[in-house]
Order: sequence, then structure tokens, then C-alpha cells
Amino acid sequence: MNMKVNFCGIEMKNPVTTASGTFGSGMEYAEYVDLSKLGAVTTKGVANVPWPGNPTPRIAETYGGMINAIGLQNPGVDTFINRDLKFLEAYDTRVIVNVCGRTKEDYVDVVEKLADTSADLLEINISCPNVKEGGIAFGQKADAAYEITKAVKEVAKQPVIMKLSPNVTDITEMARAVEAGGADAVSLINTLTGMKIDINKRAFAVANKTGGLSGPAVKPVAVRMVYQVANAVSIPILGMGGIANAEDALEFIMAGATMVAVGTANFANPNTTEEVIEGIKQYMDKYGVKDINELIGCVK
Amino acid sequence: MNFKILTKEYLAEDIVSMWIKADDAIKKPQAGQFVSIYTDSKSELLPRPISICDAAEDDSMRIVFRIVGKGTKELAEKNPGDNVRALGPLGNGYGEFLDKGKKALVIGGGIGIPPMLLLSKVLKCEKNIVLGYRDFLFMENDFADYGDVHIATENGMCGTKGNVIDAIKASGIEADVIYACGPMPMLKGIKAYAEENNIQAYVSLEEKMACGIGACLACVCKTNDIDSHSMVKNKRICKDGPVFDVTEVDFS
Repeated sequence: MNMKVNFCGIEMKNPVTTASGTFGSGMEYAEYVDLSKLGAVTTKGVANVPWPGNPTPRIAETYGGMINAIGLQNPGVDTFINRDLKFLEAYDTRVIVNVCGRTKEDYVDVVEKLADTSADLLEINISCPNVKEGGIAFGQKADAAYEITKAVKEVAKQPVIMKLSPNVTDITEMARAVEAGGADAVSLINTLTGMKIDINKRAFAVANKTGGLSGPAVKPVAVRMVYQVANAVSIPILGMGGIANAEDALEFIMAGATMVAVGTANFANPNTTEEVIEGIKQYMDKYGVKDINELIGCVK
Repeated sequence: MNFKILTKEYLAEDIVSMWIKADDAIKKPQAGQFVSIYTDSKSELLPRPISICDAAEDDSMRIVFRIVGKGTKELAEKNPGDNVRALGPLGNGYGEFLDKGKKALVIGGGIGIPPMLLLSKVLKCEKNIVLGYRDFLFMENDFADYGDVHIATENGMCGTKGNVIDAIKASGIEADVIYACGPMPMLKGIKAYAEENNIQAYVSLEEKMACGIGACLACVCKTNDIDSHSMVKNKRICKDGPVFDVTEVDFS
């Protein structure tokens, strides 16, 4: 049985990775997950300098999901390269580094610093709903998304995945814009902007007032968007949004995703990624599927 | 990791005490650590962090928790013999801060009282134990073997009427180290009291958590200095704490 996929020129031992921000750099999860079994580890967003993130409370549980407004807290790219990337070199897995910034120059700075490192791919976060400057500003306007993609591609030595926001009227317009800008792949969906009110305290449940909704509650929206984008562009898709088991992952693959990411489910069960990989194998075994690639986009 | 519930007892209408034991070997539970308890329900995804109240030789653990929502309600409805999925023990407890003085003042407020039991057991020095309640008592007799127990109640039904600081002043308690767990207003009061009296203080913090293992950066506290892991002025409560030297923490 073949589980290998080719994702914009990079061979992955299987199609399963982690969703940025839910897995740190794998260091804390390594106690519970064999990182070498994963197709790739996608790291938490890193900026050119350390970011302190938002005030607490930063999360709130919602029915079948959660809202987060961490605010992209990160230690900065220099510490990330010397500590986190070095840690991941010990594992037989691909590394997708998620990059965030406030301005075009911020993104370019991080991408340049990552050029000669062990990072296999870059995922450019233009879709975080929780950071006022940058981030989402690039993710909701097609021309801005095109421009940032072009700027990053000019300096990037690794394939570039643009991470798209679902908080738009037509996600295919954004996907086409980043494809035109030279993106090697797209990942979707980032979180849906949401809100929760604590009725006992008569206050917002997260300090940022709004946050990004993730978890099983968003999955049907994500599958629909992956399907739409798969029919709109020819670059590969890393699909995510509420994947908690192999059945969920297979929906994304059949909708057109070449790779899939497990996010919020890591919080509910730290070993979810490995269980998803095993479950996909069981499905393939049960239905006599010899190659995972046969399933990608098989539902038209 | 699967745990079995060994015993269950209601200490009050909404406060439950359980002894649980892991099916497999776990790290030795330390005072101030916690366990992350998962729900069976698919609608509640996140683990509930619950402090370790006591531990036995065989690493079975006592947890005492308040029923505050669906997750803790589901746990409370389980019975001896039932399974719970959990991770732990997690976090840094009082371990590195133990025996920092000859006379300790152990302070617990409300649902911050349970973890102070295991701490009181392992602390070797002379101890005064101050327990603060709103309007009903629980676990007040569990501490008697480990030190002099003083009680404060907000409604004055028992002990000093007022908060834990009022009880400390009323009893004229002296100490050269404080260990505390309780609600944020109490911890702020203890920080001020410790500074005024030049006493070292170690406090256990609480915040909404998601992963419980230091990866997601949901449960941070502000710190006075740049942390060597985060590279900014905050630390992870679940991983770097939950117990901190109070002088490290910025409560503003």
C-alpha cells in the first residue's frame, strides 16, 4: 500500500501533518507522538522578532470546537532556527514552517532567514483573524494576497504554501490570486472568526473579544472550501478544519486535498495524528485501495 | 492514558473528591501538579486541568474539584470502577520551592485548598495552615495532622470573618515562606502581604488551558522579565508553572 504523496515537489511519507499553532514545534508533543511517523510537522507561526501575543483569557471552549485568540505569540525567527528547527532535525519527518508578519518586509525578512535552514516548506499565514496589523489584511483582498505571495516567492528557497482565510466572500478568488502570485500550494482553512459571551460574567469569553473558531464544528465549511478551491486552481491543497479522525481526513482528501492537517483535535487527544494515519491505512485496506493518490479529489 | 476511579465522595453539593489510579506506570505525583482530564462527550474537546490533592505510595491520586460546567459535571457523575481518560501528573509543582524556610505559611482559598493538602504533607518544616472559604467548609479536618489550622470565612460562619489575610493578622501568624493557591484577588493580596513583610512567596496560578502540555500558549501569565523559552515577558502556566515565585509574576 502506498501512503506517499508528492506535495509540490516534496515527497511526504504520508499525507498527515499538524495544523500550525496547535502543536508548537513538536517538542512538547514528542512525549506522546512519534514525530517520525508524521508526513510533516507544521510549526507554530514565527515572525522576525518575538511577539508577546494577546492578553488572557486567550481561549474558550464552544460546542464541538473552541475559539482562540493567542495573537501569534512566538519567540522570533532566530530562536526558532537555533532551537526549534534544530530539535526537529533529529526526526525523520518533513518540516513546514509557518511564517507570520505585520508588513511585507516582516514576511520577507523571516523567509530570507529560513532560506538556508532545514525547513522543507514554508506556509505563509495571511489569515490569522487575531492580529490587527498584517496577517488577515493580506488574506481578505485578492490584490494584497497576490502582492505578498510574489514578494515571498522572490526570496524563498523552499516551496511556498499560502494559508487562506475562510472569512471571505469567495475563497476561490483568493486561491486564484495566490496561484497567480506564484504560490506552490495553498492550505485552508484557517479559523472562522467567532465570538463567545460568558453570561455569568457578562463579558467576552476571550480578552480579544473575537477569536478563531476551530474544531469539528467547522469541518463541513472546510470540506466545502477545499472542494471549491480544488476546482479553481491547479496547485496542490493542504486541507484542514476540524479533522479529528481518519474519516474526517478522508473527506478532505476526496474533496481534493493532497495533504491534511490535524489541529484542535491534538488538544482533545495528543495522539490524534498517529491515529489518523493508522485509520487511513485501515480504510485503504478495507476497500483495497493500493495508492492514496487514487483517493485525492476522487469525488467530483 | 486510562485511569480508574477508585472512590467518590461529595464534600459539598458541588464539590467532589475522587481517588483515581492510572492503568500504567506514571511519574510520581508532586505537590502542586495537576492532571488533565478529558470528557467522553464529543461536544467538549478540551481537557479539564484539576489539581492533585493527595497521592499514595502506589501513585494513585486524590482529586477534589468543583462542578462548574458540563465537563466537571460529567466527571462527577462517574462512579468507582469507571474509566477516565487523563494525562498527568503535569506541570511544575512546589518541588523546587520546598523547604525554603523554617516556618511556613500554607494558604488555600476555595477550590485552591485541595492541592495544599499534599504540600502540607511533604513540607517538613513548622507550618501554619490558613484555609479561606466563602460560605461553607470542606476538607477543613484533613489538614489537622500537618500543622496549626486557621480558618477564614467571608460570612463569618467559622473562624475569622473575612479573608485569609485577615485570619493571618488575627492569629498573629509569623512565617518566613508562604505557599498559596486560590483565586486571583487572594493571590494579589498575598503578593502585597509578602512584599510588606519581606517574606518569600510561591503561588499556584490558574488560566484557561487548551493543550495542557505547553504547546498552544493559551494559558500564559505575564512575567516581570523576558522568559528564556518564550523570549517575551510571559510564561506558560501549564508547563513552566502552575507554581511560580510570586516576584516573577506581573499581576497587573
